Amino acid sequence: MQIVLRQIENLGKFTLFHLSDLGSMGFFLLNSLRGIFRRPFRFAALLKEIRFIGAHSFTVIFFTALFTGMVLGVQGYYTLSKFGSEGLLGSAVALSLIRELGPVLTALMVTGRAGSAMCAELGIMRITQQMDALECMSIDLYRFLITPKFLATLIAVPLLTLMFDVVGIYGGYLTGVKLLGVNPGAFFSGMERSVVNKDINLGIIKSVVFAAVIVWICTGRGFLLHKSHLGFGAGSVSVATTKAVVLSSITVLIWDYLLTAMLL
Amino acid sequence: MNEPIIQFIDVHKSFAGPNGTVQKVLRGVNLGISTGMTTVIGGASGQGKSVAIKLILGLMKPDSGKILVEGKDVVSMDFDELNEVRSNFGVVFQGIAPFDSMTVYENVALPLQEKTKLSKSEIYKRVMASLEQFGLKGHEDKFPAQLSGGMLKRLGLARALQLQPKIMLFDEPTTGLDPARSWEIYRLFYKIQRELGYTAVIVSHDIPKIFNLADQVVVMHEGMAKVFNSSEEIQWSNDPIIQDFVQLTMGHVYQSRLENE
Repeated sequence: MQIVLRQIENLGKFTLFHLSDLGSMGFFLLNSLRGIFRRPFRFAALLKEIRFIGAHSFTVIFFTALFTGMVLGVQGYYTLSKFGSEGLLGSAVALSLIRELGPVLTALMVTGRAGSAMCAELGIMRITQQMDALECMSIDLYRFLITPKFLATLIAVPLLTLMFDVVGIYGGYLTGVKLLGVNPGAFFSGMERSVVNKDINLGIIKSVVFAAVIVWICTGRGFLLHKSHLGFGAGSVSVATTKAVVLSSITVLIWDYLLTAMLL
Repeated sequence: MNEPIIQFIDVHKSFAGPNGTVQKVLRGVNLGISTGMTTVIGGASGQGKSVAIKLILGLMKPDSGKILVEGKDVVSMDFDELNEVRSNFGVVFQGIAPFDSMTVYENVALPLQEKTKLSKSEIYKRVMASLEQFGLKGHEDKFPAQLSGGMLKRLGLARALQLQPKIMLFDEPTTGLDPARSWEIYRLFYKIQRELGYTAVIVSHDIPKIFNLADQVVVMHEGMAKVFNSSEEIQWSNDPIIQDFVQLTMGHVYQSRLENE
């Protein structure tokens, strides 16, 4: 009987904890959005964050895109040549990159590189009382710490996604045309005929939504570290960072499906 | 006796301990901190001294009771009102809490950049003057991690004083410093307070030393606070708890002499 009662108690505790956690994350999002409209606006900090999240992600996005495109070129050629339609390689590569792989892989790479860094930075500021110190100076934490990261991610991720698409298509061109000998004219004219505005819009909408998901979850988990019962000190920061990366990667993939299904 | 600037009225606060236990840290604390004076809050570790500071700043809410700052209850304040009250305070945290990815200069300049409309050159002038005052000149481009313990404390003090607060809160200002450095910090406190005339609240277990600074001593024990208006009063107290405390914190000098014999 005792065991059963304890199980029920644990279930209740679990539910309550997650509900209040969800509530805190909701409040965090609202306050962060409000922070965008609070003055003074930290323009220099925004530029710094765009540089970190955007410009410094260039290398990792470049290589991911290049090799993804190259693999698509080879795999696509292999599949299409079975039906004798190698000429469609260009549109196959471009459509898969623009509609799907560009936004998703960019989001995952940004989560791993910048999302984890944001979470760890805020978590450390929380446990070392730096946030308390800011609050004591009556500085709005959301405006000061979160707003630059929010806006920078919303600006940088769509741009990185578009760059991913371009580099990826070039990767497909390298393997498909230069290595396997697909006609370059067919490669590009196929692309021109099959890719429409709707595809590009879908890619951009996805990347904006993913950016919001990443920055919300990663900054939120770091910011709310003291409420998340993950232990204390450096250990809690590492657990929070891991959780933030896992959660935002999964959420990105779920939203990818939802958006594809809704906007197809 | 001056008007109290900070008042605790029957404040209770408890925390969830391990395995569902409840730790009652404050059990009905009543105390008043007088304007323009130095109040030392003493007591053994874990008696709720730092909690008292967090409550004053509204960083924590009590379970019950009122905390008045200049007659206004901080417990029931909303975000903006609390910000207004906080602008009266300068705080030096136990670990100083420096912004560790900013330089010494940026740390001290931040309150001025965020909370005043001073121009860049004015801020520069003020910050450099205060770095000189606190013996940090020549270190402005260093990061907090490159400073010694004493310098870090002075950085905390310099940062907290930038907005000319009415009330300074110091949470264990000399933890981790050797006796000579602790004296240096206390002398600095004394000097600066004479100059600026703020109300100082110092949380410390460095009892014998800090008595020289105090106009008023608050001893926290078992969740209660006792207020004494002079250091003599506390030493003459016939309350057994206070006697124990005095012996514990000040008796070690004689004890060690006994041990040597």
